[in-house]
Amino acid sequence: MNKNNSKEYDVIIIGGGVTGAGTARDCAMRGLSVLLVERHDFATGATGRNHGLLHSGARYAVTDPESASECIKENMTLRRIANHCVEENNGLFVTLPEDDLAFQSQFVDACKTAGIGTEILDPDFARRLEPSVNPNLKGAVKVPDGSVDPFRLTMSNMLDAKIHGAELLTQHEVTDVICEQNRAIGVELFNHAKNEKVKYYAKIIVNAGGIWGHHIASLAGININMFPAKGSLLIFGHRVNKMVLNRCRKPANADILVPGDTICLIGTTSERVPYDQIDNMFVSQADVDVLIREGVKLSPSLATTRILRAYAGVRPLVAADNDPTGRNISRGIVLLDHQERDGLSGFITITGGKLMTYRLMAEEATNLVCKKLAVDKQCETAEKALPGSEKSDLSLDNATDKIYSGMSIAQKSAKDRHGTLAKNIAVGDSNDDSLVCECEGVSIGEVKYAIKELHVNNLIDLRRRTRVGMGTCQGELCACRAAGLLCESLEEPGEAKDDLANFLQERWKGMSPIAWGDTINEVQFTSWIYEGIYGLKPDNN
Amino acid sequence: MKKEIFEPFNVSDNNFEQCVKCTICTVYCPVLEVNPDYPGPKQSGPDGERLRLKDASFYDEALKLCLNCKRCEVACPHGVKIGDIIQLARIKYSKKKPKVRDMILANTDIVGTMASTFAPIVNPIVALKPVRRIMDSVLKIDHHRIFPKYAGLRFESWYRRYAEKKQNDFKKHVSYFHGCYVNYNFPQLGKDLIKIMNACGYGVHLLEKEKCCGVALISNGLIKQATKQALHNVEAFKKSIVDKNMPVISTSSTCIFTIRDEYPHLLGIKNDEIRDESELATRFLYRLIDSGKLKLVFKKNYKKRIAYHTPCHMEKLGWSIYSTSLLRMIPGVDFMALESLCCGIAGTYGFKKENYETSQGVGKPLFEQIESSKADFVATDCETCKWQIEMSTSLKVQHPISILAEALDVEATMKLWNA
Ligand SMILES: Cc1cc2nc3c(=O)[nH]c(=O)nc-3n(C[C@H](O)[C@H](O)[C@H](O)COP(=O)(O)OP(=O)(O)OC[C@H]3O[C@@H](n4cnc5c(N)ncnc54)[C@H](O)[C@@H]3O)c2cc1C
Ligand code: SF4
Ligand code: SF4
Repeated sequence: MNKNNSKEYDVIIIGGGVTGAGTARDCAMRGLSVLLVERHDFATGATGRNHGLLHSGARYAVTDPESASECIKENMTLRRIANHCVEENNGLFVTLPEDDLAFQSQFVDACKTAGIGTEILDPDFARRLEPSVNPNLKGAVKVPDGSVDPFRLTMSNMLDAKIHGAELLTQHEVTDVICEQNRAIGVELFNHAKNEKVKYYAKIIVNAGGIWGHHIASLAGININMFPAKGSLLIFGHRVNKMVLNRCRKPANADILVPGDTICLIGTTSERVPYDQIDNMFVSQADVDVLIREGVKLSPSLATTRILRAYAGVRPLVAADNDPTGRNISRGIVLLDHQERDGLSGFITITGGKLMTYRLMAEEATNLVCKKLAVDKQCETAEKALPGSEKSDLSLDNATDKIYSGMSIAQKSAKDRHGTLAKNIAVGDSNDDSLVCECEGVSIGEVKYAIKELHVNNLIDLRRRTRVGMGTCQGELCACRAAGLLCESLEEPGEAKDDLANFLQERWKGMSPIAWGDTINEVQFTSWIYEGIYGLKPDNN
Repeated sequence: MKKEIFEPFNVSDNNFEQCVKCTICTVYCPVLEVNPDYPGPKQSGPDGERLRLKDASFYDEALKLCLNCKRCEVACPHGVKIGDIIQLARIKYSKKKPKVRDMILANTDIVGTMASTFAPIVNPIVALKPVRRIMDSVLKIDHHRIFPKYAGLRFESWYRRYAEKKQNDFKKHVSYFHGCYVNYNFPQLGKDLIKIMNACGYGVHLLEKEKCCGVALISNGLIKQATKQALHNVEAFKKSIVDKNMPVISTSSTCIFTIRDEYPHLLGIKNDEIRDESELATRFLYRLIDSGKLKLVFKKNYKKRIAYHTPCHMEKLGWSIYSTSLLRMIPGVDFMALESLCCGIAGTYGFKKENYETSQGVGKPLFEQIESSKADFVATDCETCKWQIEMSTSLKVQHPISILAEALDVEATMKLWNA
């Protein structure tokens, strides 16, 4: 089937990661007509597979001052506009016995230059401030690091884009960039849900495909030199630390421990992988070993903390144009105007950068789009709060003071996840208040809200919106409940069964690299329930 | 011999992450069954702990509804110390200060000292209906509650006056942790124990100034004071066990459970040196009999039908088998075991007005069983279970030690062991 769409947009944005989301929001806020297309679901690329560190910039202060000052600026902006996606827990850069304490003064100076506030702490005080830190530390510097939840950040940008008129399509994969005489005019898409091809047209196409941007550009006949770098991380079952812990030395493997929502994360490794492997990410035994070995040095209690999952993401690193070997890698923002660079108008690429500099990347990309369309409108994304982060007198706080606990846990958790938007979640009726996910406190009301308002197509999407299945049981108890709710509202029963199998398979994938001890017990128990009681078969998907 | 300690990898404090979410604990929680406001062991314990570590405001005051019966821990197939997690969370996060009432109920020894001194006055007063109404409305102590009577002559005074001297005549010796209940409310139980132990050839000694074990202080959030008393007791136990080689026995399952398990788990007080040698009198006796070192001779004419109730802390200790086995040794006893269910009192919990309904609701299935048991009386090792059962059923309750003392042929036993 071939369906052509006569409507022409101002911009089509390819890629539903945080960069695409931010660009869609910025473009829509400046009054452009916007279509965003994503092949799977929002935040399924690097955006959903990173460390969630709201860098203060301190990590880059010594090696990459430009990135450092970008980070601190955006750090402060996100605290303002996205406070429900951000946790302001501060960070420590600790010097361990094997590290050189001399690096500390160099580090503090570099932070000062970049505009990052630092405070040198007495090791004793640092131990009291963050009891999980390696007690043998020689020195510690406090910096304004934080954590950022990539799923929430992406989703609330998407919501705001939608509020400003943008159209969003998931499960739509770009299979071709339609060009006409040195001009990109549209994209050909494959709709995975309906198994059909569609075409959409626009004045400007923005390639925000992260590492996949390399391939997307090649569809337009353009070469971008990208070097995929795999990074692996481990998720621990609960928070051991309240502050972000870093090593005070040149950046290396597994030297950051980030607390995020109910868990904490140690990472990352860094390893170049061939481009044809980017859709095939797995965590090796060697990765796991390094992460545990190094992690325990930062915080010894990691040795006695249950590991929930392991996962890996790919950094979209771009080689400088004049360096085909890829040694000269930029970690900064890369904005390519392909008209200037390659003589193809109507096509730009925005990549590189970081999760937390997405807004700046979006601003730069949108500035270029506006210039090309001769639209004269200022960027407002740094001032206007995202949906969920608006200032308000949250009456929820009062409601949660109630003793009745099932509800208060779900309500508190929902408020953490959706900010002020949590007010749209039905509460009060004992059905809405019942928990679907007990580990993360997700109620039936919240699941229904997500299905209705947050672009959910299947269980895995639902997980990204609500944390269903992200807790210690990894879907053991919540998956079937959520599947039931999804089935009521959007899926056919047969489809729902496949979806459930898919979801559990995806959960198992993250557990398999660390499947020992209690994790393997849990998995065994899960398989009794789903294979034994419900008769689900592994070949259901 | 030094014990070998095996430290497995990835095992968190109180095993809280060993939880596989099977929900078995939730089925065994007696409170959850009668009070839907209680989140239950899984949600309050391992699940809640994870959320509290993220943000302390996830602490829910509803956790005070937990009876600390530890039946969830007994049920958990993964050794998660659910009850401990909940109690520790209350200690760490609760912002509600203990009320005057809680302090009165918690300080069982101070109140006991005063009350037993004035027992002839106190007993009739607290029994008066108007007084109980006032206690109900002012102190929020439920007016249905019948206060345990205070004895005129404390056990300690009785011991010093009438028993102490004789104890050195024996070849073997033990120390006795009598607890507040025996001291202030029911000295007879202490006397019964001495009768049995003496007949078996053991001299019974008191510890150097025992203090209340502190269980009520812990459950009412008075942790500083509990810690002080616990440290004192551990020292006193050491003097007996380590210095004099005298094991410590007790007749209160709750006191001994608190000293063995709650001291290290909840108060962080080390008790390795004394733990193994601190036990219940029934266990001490049973083990002697079992290893052939002791035999009891019983009266021929003792005939009773006895229904045994397993207190929660006995369930947790796994020790009711010792008490019941001793009772079954008595030839004339027609023994029946009641199904192991919580009676609902949980120390001072049931005395609080706000808990009265939950407390009685929890106990109801047990009370019904007791009423239909056709027993002459109920036997149990816990003093607060005794109050609750006597208040809520038509049967009287006796301690296994008192039953043994009554059924024992003292002369004959003595002849065997005091040669
Ligand atoms: C291990 C690791 C740790 C990191 N840690 C941090 C950190 O702590 N802090 C921080 O700020 N940054 C961090 N980053 C960097 C950050 O994750 C990325 O820079 C950021 O997420 C990139 O977002 P993006 O939207 O540009 O790309 P992506 O998130 O990769 O988005 C690209 C999207 O395009 C879609 N797509 C691909 N091909 C097509 C197609 N043909 N048609 C339609 N759609 C398509 C993909 O499905 C994907 O959703 C980390 C990265 C990694 C790998
Ligand atoms: S200790 Fe008893 S009351 Fe408390 S959660 Fe466990 S079973 Fe329930
Ligand atoms: S019984 Fe144990 S393992 Fe099962 S849910 Fe309760 S705490 Fe978890």
